[in-house]
Amino acid sequence: MSGYLEGIMVLLAVNVVFAYGGFLPLAAGQLNLGLAGFAAIGAYSSAYLSNVFKLPPLLAIAFAGIAAGTVALIVAVPVLRTRGIYLALATFALGQIVQAIILNLEIVGGAAGYPVAAFIRFPTIAATAVVVVALVWLLFATRFGIAVTAVHDDERVADLMGIDVRAFQVAAFALGSAIAGVGGGLYAHHFSFIEAQYFNISLSITIVLYVLLGGTQTVIGPLLGAAVFTLLPELLRASANWRYVAFAAALIVLMALRPEGLVTGAQLRRLLGLARAQPRHAAIAAALPKEPSG
Amino acid sequence: MLGSIYAMVAVALTLSIGVLRFLNFSIPGLFMIGGMTAWASLRAGLPWPLAIVAALGAGALASLVVERFTWRWMRGAQDFVPLVSSMAFLLLFEHLAVIYWGSELRTVPPLFANADWRIAGLVISVPQLAGLAASIALIWALTLVLARTRLGRGLRTIAEDSDTALLLGVEINRIVPVVFLISGLFAALAGVIFALNYRQVQPFMGEMVGLKGISAMIVGGMGSVWGSIAGGLIIGLVEVMSIGYFGADFVDIAVYGLLLLILFIRPTGLFAAAFAGQRA
Repeated sequence: MSGYLEGIMVLLAVNVVFAYGGFLPLAAGQLNLGLAGFAAIGAYSSAYLSNVFKLPPLLAIAFAGIAAGTVALIVAVPVLRTRGIYLALATFALGQIVQAIILNLEIVGGAAGYPVAAFIRFPTIAATAVVVVALVWLLFATRFGIAVTAVHDDERVADLMGIDVRAFQVAAFALGSAIAGVGGGLYAHHFSFIEAQYFNISLSITIVLYVLLGGTQTVIGPLLGAAVFTLLPELLRASANWRYVAFAAALIVLMALRPEGLVTGAQLRRLLGLARAQPRHAAIAAALPKEPSG
Repeated sequence: MLGSIYAMVAVALTLSIGVLRFLNFSIPGLFMIGGMTAWASLRAGLPWPLAIVAALGAGALASLVVERFTWRWMRGAQDFVPLVSSMAFLLLFEHLAVIYWGSELRTVPPLFANADWRIAGLVISVPQLAGLAASIALIWALTLVLARTRLGRGLRTIAEDSDTALLLGVEINRIVPVVFLISGLFAALAGVIFALNYRQVQPFMGEMVGLKGISAMIVGGMGSVWGSIAGGLIIGLVEVMSIGYFGADFVDIAVYGLLLLILFIRPTGLFAAAFAGQRA
């Protein structure tokens, strides 16, 4: 595999991991604009562990997820008191603070950046990404997925149905942040050098865009969103700025025409032939014995 | 001084939040368009009043384009959809500006040969003073429009409930562009004042100011015009004070820390009496 191709494939895998970090809170109806901060926590903590304590990279990356998830759990309680646009802005402020703190932490290089000694190659990163995707997919096949979707669709009704809305929101927020932390750890250990400036608000926004483009209704959406918008610009081979212009224009058009994202639940079921010919309640009604007439 | 620029950006943002419940992320882009157009038209040899008019026109026009593709298209979609589109517009504007004007820092020529007044040892720059006066006058005019005119009544109705407004015969598709026009003008004017005072512009100039403007809006209270102004001045003050006490590295921690604290304690902001539409 050529260096160029490997670079792109690694970026693709890391972006996919990031996308799932954004997908979990979005699936529960939260817009997390502080993902870059959690990715930074993951990147720096894993880099510190593998540099100073000589932990093997994979173990360090696992700790990266734990670190980011723990920080998210601690801040989740006050942050999730806010909702809607306030929540988005609180997470945004959080991301900015994490970035600013790292810029001032001399122990990890501060503004000069932090070199990482250990190095992992594409197969390891791809395997980790596959594991993350598989775990999220499994998670959404359980009651968790149904509950989170219910919270996303209507908090009040979910609450009435006996779902602990708060617990699921905190869980989605913390798990998403942990995944973003793992993504940050992967990034740090492949590119061998991290700087706080990389983990800025644009990164958070881009991650959220991957998810929204792919669609939040299905687990496959974020994968597709991240893949399309990592690979498409490379294929177009345009100059960096035209690339961004095309990306932005595509986004505007897509949001206008398909506000639910590229992949929606109903469409996917239709495509895979899993669609019931009629809605479930209609099917059940048809199967019921007919009431005697008259 | 930076405080009053934050305040103007915050007013632009707060109008769109207060009336339309729409956090318009393209406003930092409009700020940049204002500043960059002022620089480009001065360089092209236009006299400065014309350059300012050109900058304001460009900002307003761009804002109307944003309206066409965000709010009008996506009314009734999920909350974050117009938000995402406006972020895309920010990206679009920035990178188009890089393509046309290049990404390097440009210097704006000074307007007046010696524009500083010295009064009892204080140095007061005339462009700063003029900018401050213009922004206060404009904001005051805006609150009058909101409170007194037929347009203001329409806006306040939309702010309360856009469906009811439609039923009552408020022409949403004619009034909403006015909101975008005004917020575009405010953002572009802030950009022009920034360009004339700091005499440096570049395509990404909007991001830092825009993010601080958002913080100012929240600190002051979303949707409240005077709250935004207070918020802008507070953010400016916190910046200056944290540079004074802790050094320049801690500015962002102080500003965003304050923002987070206010979101936790009083998410409606310090001065949120009501939405802009409901009480000017």
